Amino acid sequence: MTNQTTSTVATLDAEAISLESVSLWRITWRRLFRRKSSVVGLGIIVALLLIAIAAPWIAPYDPLQVLIGIEDVKIRQAPCIHMLGCPQDQPQHIMGIDGNVRDQFSRLIFGTRVSLFVGFSTVTFAIVIGTILGALGGYFGGWIDNVIMRVMDVLLAFPSLLLAIAIVTVLGPGLINALLAIGIVSIPAYARVVRGSVLSVREMEYVSASRALGGGTFHILFVRILPNILTPLIVQGTLGIATAILDAAALSFLGLGAQPPTPEWGSMLGSERNQIFTAPHLVFFPGFAIMLTVLAFNLLGDGLRDALDPRLK
Amino acid sequence: MMLQYILRRLLAAIPVLFGILLVTFALARLIPGDPCRAMLGEKATQATCDRFIREKGLDKPIPEQFAIYMQDIARGDFGNSMRFNQPVTRLLIERLPTTVELSFSALLVSMVVGIPLGILSAIRHNSWVDVVTMVWANTGVSMPVFWLGLMLAYVFSLLLRDTVLWLPPSGRVSAGMDTTAFYIAWKLTLPETGILRGIAEFIGRLNILNALLTTNWDLLRDSIRHLILPALALGTIPMALIARMTRSAMLEVLGQDYIRTARAKGVRYNKVILKHAFRNALLPISTVLGLSLGTLLGGAVLTETIFGLSGVGRILYEAITARDYAIVQGFTVVIAVFFVVLNLIVDIAYTYIDPRIRLN
Repeated sequence: MTNQTTSTVATLDAEAISLESVSLWRITWRRLFRRKSSVVGLGIIVALLLIAIAAPWIAPYDPLQVLIGIEDVKIRQAPCIHMLGCPQDQPQHIMGIDGNVRDQFSRLIFGTRVSLFVGFSTVTFAIVIGTILGALGGYFGGWIDNVIMRVMDVLLAFPSLLLAIAIVTVLGPGLINALLAIGIVSIPAYARVVRGSVLSVREMEYVSASRALGGGTFHILFVRILPNILTPLIVQGTLGIATAILDAAALSFLGLGAQPPTPEWGSMLGSERNQIFTAPHLVFFPGFAIMLTVLAFNLLGDGLRDALDPRLK
Repeated sequence: MMLQYILRRLLAAIPVLFGILLVTFALARLIPGDPCRAMLGEKATQATCDRFIREKGLDKPIPEQFAIYMQDIARGDFGNSMRFNQPVTRLLIERLPTTVELSFSALLVSMVVGIPLGILSAIRHNSWVDVVTMVWANTGVSMPVFWLGLMLAYVFSLLLRDTVLWLPPSGRVSAGMDTTAFYIAWKLTLPETGILRGIAEFIGRLNILNALLTTNWDLLRDSIRHLILPALALGTIPMALIARMTRSAMLEVLGQDYIRTARAKGVRYNKVILKHAFRNALLPISTVLGLSLGTLLGGAVLTETIFGLSGVGRILYEAITARDYAIVQGFTVVIAVFFVVLNLIVDIAYTYIDPRIRLN
């Protein structure tokens, strides 16, 4: 009888635990979707991903194609939209023509690929390196921690854009080097987040249990501890994508990132910045695209933080 | 207690400062390309280059170069710019005021607008004021500084050109404006060189302060008009961050029991908001303020590029591309040290806002 009761209780407990563990993610999703702003952010990101994938089908022109001799268009011609009264006999260019007589809308569409690639790749790079450094520092403590964190302090002592500019100058201008530079300057943020979380988790019972069972350092750090500190990393990563896209655009604007003729928003804007009074459309649209993309990741990041933050439960 | 805390913080800053010197020195040496050809042109002969390298001490072993560099910096000597053929300290005195004026006005704009908006948003939680402020703040943090700057210039310098709202798109003062420095106006006799002269010239180049000192109201009006657009462009991101942080910190504090107690005791609403709530919300706000400083200094490069201001950001960018070691090292060190000191001030300010930090 007693045995039966115990087993029933155990089953109930197991059910309760499994129910809770399922609902935790469900609660997170539900919370995320309850916030209008995070739905908007997520929606924009999905749309941008689709645009990036389907760019060749959406863009009416090749982004690198110079239209001289192909169409009757002028350099830096203003947008021509048939629905808004532009004569039907003129070719339609909804965002106008750029300084090299290319269709700006097509370049903007292909630019989505570059921006998303920049955001995801730099953050992945920074997360991988930052996590390893932060985890090692937090877990071992002592001089390892001291050395790692002091190096991070030095990196943080420079305004990040200036440091990125200096690193790109060392590596040479170009998109990949700009990505590396932005990746390097964002490492400290992740290292700090991970170190802090590891410090708070490493003395937990399940970690001691794993150690008692003979788990190796690598196993404990990356199999036991890491999955339990993912929450702040996800939030930091999403917000980090926004910063990375902004910084990459700034480097390209200064001529240090993506090089012409790559259709990158920052460099499109940078190369036409002196035309702001004569052809504002060449500055407005790429900048607006950057803002929209950055805004989407910021909104999603904020939403995730609120949804995953247990203090708000 | 307080002194001890400040001393401890100062000591902790020393390894960071050493690291900054090491990183700047290394970065400047790692910049690819030949500094001689970058300075003297591609056609410089080998003999000329050899002499140039010897004169500048670039043929010595790297550790020796670093030791010399450290000694020089300790004496306040940042070396000579190869490009401008001038001491870096001279260039700092000329260029730093532009950036200081720009950054401070941007910070001022961001605080004066951001904090009240955040408070208003929190006390009118979920109202249209709150929604509009937050939509605006989210958009603000997502805007590229260079785009915002160009758009502001387009609107205020072109679209509004024949109205009272017209603002100049570039430069610090209008052509022909009298910018006589205060020490000349006051007929002070200063030594030709030295630290006193440097400080006087530095202040004299802070146009707004100089205009106030010399009661030159035309210069004051003109400088402010030139500063509005760059300060708005540079200040928008920190402004949005501050508004967001003020709002969330205030919301958290306003939910506390002691606020209700204060209200129940009959303390006036405005007093509760400012004295009880805002004071306690200041800590996270000052953290954001400290973090914004880096954004400001980085953004200064972009803002100065757009508005044709020859400040620190601009010269540093030009020096990096021209491989002017001395400028790169000198200016980066000054900016990084400035940044460390400002963060130190923010940390010390914490202890005034929340004495628990000092005790722990």
